[in-house]
Amino acid sequence: MSDRTRASIPANSTSAPTAQSSAPLSGRQPVLELRNVTKRFGPLTVLDGIDLSVAQGEVVVLVGPSGCGKSTLLRCTVGLEQIDGGEVLLDGEVVSGRERTQQDRSRMGMVFQSYDLFPNMSVIDNVTLAPTIVRGQSQKDAREKAKALLARVGLADRADARPSTLSGGQQQRVAICRALAMEPEVLLLDEVTAALDPEMVHEVLQVVLELADDGLTMLIVTHEMSFAQAIADRVVMLDAGHIVEEGGPEFFTNPKTERAKAFLRTFEFHRSGRDS
Amino acid sequence: MDWGLVHAYTPLFVTALRVTLMVSAGGVAAALVVGLLVAIVRLWHVPVLDQLSIAYVEVARNTPSLVQLFFLYFGLPKLGILLSQETCAIVCLAFLGGGYMAEAFRAALVAVPPIQHESAQVLGLTRRQAMRHVVLPQAMAQATPALVANVVFLVKESSVVSGIALADLMYVAKDIIGQSYDTVEALFLLVVAYAIILLPISAVGSAIERRFAYGR
Repeated sequence: MSDRTRASIPANSTSAPTAQSSAPLSGRQPVLELRNVTKRFGPLTVLDGIDLSVAQGEVVVLVGPSGCGKSTLLRCTVGLEQIDGGEVLLDGEVVSGRERTQQDRSRMGMVFQSYDLFPNMSVIDNVTLAPTIVRGQSQKDAREKAKALLARVGLADRADARPSTLSGGQQQRVAICRALAMEPEVLLLDEVTAALDPEMVHEVLQVVLELADDGLTMLIVTHEMSFAQAIADRVVMLDAGHIVEEGGPEFFTNPKTERAKAFLRTFEFHRSGRDS
Repeated sequence: MDWGLVHAYTPLFVTALRVTLMVSAGGVAAALVVGLLVAIVRLWHVPVLDQLSIAYVEVARNTPSLVQLFFLYFGLPKLGILLSQETCAIVCLAFLGGGYMAEAFRAALVAVPPIQHESAQVLGLTRRQAMRHVVLPQAMAQATPALVANVVFLVKESSVVSGIALADLMYVAKDIIGQSYDTVEALFLLVVAYAIILLPISAVGSAIERRFAYGR
């Protein structure tokens, strides 16, 4: 795995692990809860008894080496993969183990790694599609909301453009708007900047940081460690289908397990014969 | 070539052109509907219907159209189903064309990336809504060249209906040749008549392709 150039995150949002953040936001009602979730692909156990909860307004970042099951965890959570054991709860209600209703599915938003906008419709139609046909909002209301969302991510002027005419970073910002238009209770982000050119990573992550500041509940998979450190209320490290370490943003500066230390070292570069 | 004869035969060909157009239009429309339904059944792996669809496509594409037509026209009455010549002709083209259209639609539907289905699903769209608003519009852009080629193929293939004495272009041409040996004039009018139908179809096809040609 190559470590791509990291976008610098503004200093003011890089809150050092102080008392106000960190530690599971216990006490608060979990919006999303995974209990003993197990997923197998043939003989391979990809997720092995995962317990994880995300509280209202909390930002949980999932890290771990490639193939550790991060993306599968998100896909199981959102219902794109059926789980083989355990359960997924949304607001205390079990949503796994059965065909998810339209209602269930629209309560969680997800943005993928690759640009997955619908190429057959304009930017604004991408955003208004689900609100109009799933929620039954009027075209007018949906367009108004979509315009506000697009303005928020700095793309108000591209509303009528085709997705193919946008840059990768712009497309991802639209994809975030599309997910937000359904007003999800929790937003799942699956390596949303992994397919982007380095200079576009920052504009996307900046949008995500703002969402966190607005109190949106998020479960984020990312390889952008400085971003993860800036945004995480809690960090969960996954390896070989297990949670190996869980903690506040101090995970990045002071990991407890050897596995986490080794993982974080893969993001550092040293040239022999020089100090740090 | 005797232009006087060409002029004299023209009204016969105009009448026959209407028959060919009617049979082709009916056959193409039905073939498109059959093809799309079969393609969706196969994409969604609908139990039972999926296997039936595979069998249907193979039979439709791997038996001669004349045999299919004779089966409908001479075979079905033995089973107590009596169809008019026109109905037989349209059903035959729908059966034949449905197999080809199904493959064209299916190839295009399969080419839509899975992430498009997943994105729609995650947004809360049902499979049917995703098909209608997201997957099918993209597949149509992909399928258009193949569909247009199939339409042209079916119009040409409609000439087999002369085999059951339906007075289409081919039938009239053969009739004139058989009665008066005005072969050159009859064949000239035949070619012109088919060109009048097919050239615009190709042109419209190209125009549709351009309209759908948004890049990914």
